[in-house]
Amino acid sequence: MIQVLAFYLFATLVIASAVFVIMSRNPVHSVLWLIVAFFNAAGLMVLVGAEFIAMLLVIVYVGAVAVLFLFVVMMLDIDFAELRAGFIRNFPLGIAIALVLVAELVLGIGAERAGALKLGTPDGTAAPLMDRSNIEAIGALLYSRYLFLFESAGIILLVAMIGAIVLTHRERSDTRRQNISKQVKRRPDEATINVKPEVGKGVQL
Amino acid sequence: MTSFFQTLGMTHEWAWFTATIAGILLIALPLMLAVAMIIYVDRKIWAAMALRRGPNVVGPFGLLQSFADGLKVFLQETIIPSAANKVLFLIAPIITFTVALMAWAVIPFNSGAVLADINVGLLYVLAVSSLGVYGVVIAGWASNSKYPFFSAMRAAAQMISYEVSIGFILICVVLWAGSFNLNAIVMAQKDHVWLINGFVANPLLFPLWVMFLISGMAETARAPFDLTEAESELVAGYQTEYSSMAFALYWLGEYANVLLMCALNATLFFGGWLPPLDIPVLYLVPGWLWLFAKIFFFFFIFSWVKATVPRYRYDQLMRLGWKIFLPVSLLFVVLVSGWLMATHHFCDADQTLYPDPDHYGRIVNNGVCP
Repeated sequence: MIQVLAFYLFATLVIASAVFVIMSRNPVHSVLWLIVAFFNAAGLMVLVGAEFIAMLLVIVYVGAVAVLFLFVVMMLDIDFAELRAGFIRNFPLGIAIALVLVAELVLGIGAERAGALKLGTPDGTAAPLMDRSNIEAIGALLYSRYLFLFESAGIILLVAMIGAIVLTHRERSDTRRQNISKQVKRRPDEATINVKPEVGKGVQL
Repeated sequence: MTSFFQTLGMTHEWAWFTATIAGILLIALPLMLAVAMIIYVDRKIWAAMALRRGPNVVGPFGLLQSFADGLKVFLQETIIPSAANKVLFLIAPIITFTVALMAWAVIPFNSGAVLADINVGLLYVLAVSSLGVYGVVIAGWASNSKYPFFSAMRAAAQMISYEVSIGFILICVVLWAGSFNLNAIVMAQKDHVWLINGFVANPLLFPLWVMFLISGMAETARAPFDLTEAESELVAGYQTEYSSMAFALYWLGEYANVLLMCALNATLFFGGWLPPLDIPVLYLVPGWLWLFAKIFFFFFIFSWVKATVPRYRYDQLMRLGWKIFLPVSLLFVVLVSGWLMATHHFCDADQTLYPDPDHYGRIVNNGVCP
């Protein structure tokens, strides 16, 4: 009963907020609705027992990606009239993409009805329900059978990250930089001198 | 608690539902009271360090000061700037306050005394604490005013920066405990090093605790990292346009977050509800009392730092997070996991470290365990 209520609550909210992402005039509102959609999708994941995926969805997408989206969108100076002018021009393209997506959905559901692929163990029987937690099950797969795929995904991401840093980094020679270790190493006797000047004479530094 | 409600004639589902609601109230209401008192304690400690008296007029020793402040704020007019985005302006403090309460669901107060005993407890804490930034960012944007907006930008950058190193530190703790469940992490700390209950006594984890404490201060935007509300630069930061209850919600949420950080310090590194030493006599004191004592101890450290350390400059804050904490915590992930592998940490406990993905339920011995 509660599961069914929760499912329909999350599912309705996901779809409604996804609609609002497109319908909102203000891009900041769109991003906020997107966050609501992510959040409710995480709720759906918890309902099907994939709590690890749910938490990762919240940590990665809501906690990091969407914050950066929001960060960028908030600082943009957007001309709404121009946006709406583009809407008419891009309308056919949008319809085409929507049709492709609908066709994919129909194909997928049709194929599933016609006899779905058997997923599971190599001898064709379905994978037994595991009595261990999500994290252990995912970890056991990622670090054994899919180890090389997993590691190469990691390396690709690392290369992408280094590439982004190299492309955007610029060394400026005209700025004065703080060297904290140099400052900390400085001792009072290097920085100050104790002098007793005679009356009428200045201090020679 | 579910079985108690079942004896009242409810079905299991509804008994669970009622028990959960009751549990939420049992945590949230005392927490609000604790926040009110901890604000008083904060002011008293701060005053004592500045050789002042602090609040001492309302009630005995000024104990009721926070309640008087709350009443005053409650009676004020809520001012919404005419250029503000009204809905978001009002939602922002509610988000901050709610998120500050949410993470408490997985904190164990005693053996088994936890509202949601989930397998991914620590990930849940990370997920919820990463939401806290939205309250600040939305407030800064919805106020439609420049200083709150600057503050929101700072807050977003600061919280994301320190979450990265916090993540690595938590990974080390999880590796050693072998679980994301907070209760399991507490139990893993029992008699960890020479009768001491707590990962903090472990030489490999002690530096991580120091980094966690400092990152926690940065994550909750507490002094010396309170750049989001640096009054000399940003008026009052993201709260500049707020008044009345909306302002009070920020205040409460901020302190609830600080208490949560103290509770996490206690739970992850100081043995949570376990007594400090693994001596049978000490177990006579109820576990929640030990936890509260540890939370209070950490809050004293937070207050102490606030009263004594000057505010960081923004570039220094970023340098500390990205150039020092991130590499060092990454190094410690390698050190801790290497040590655990070298000493066969999990091999004697149970052999389930390397399950065979092709045959569920079977264990592969791939040469790591002797």
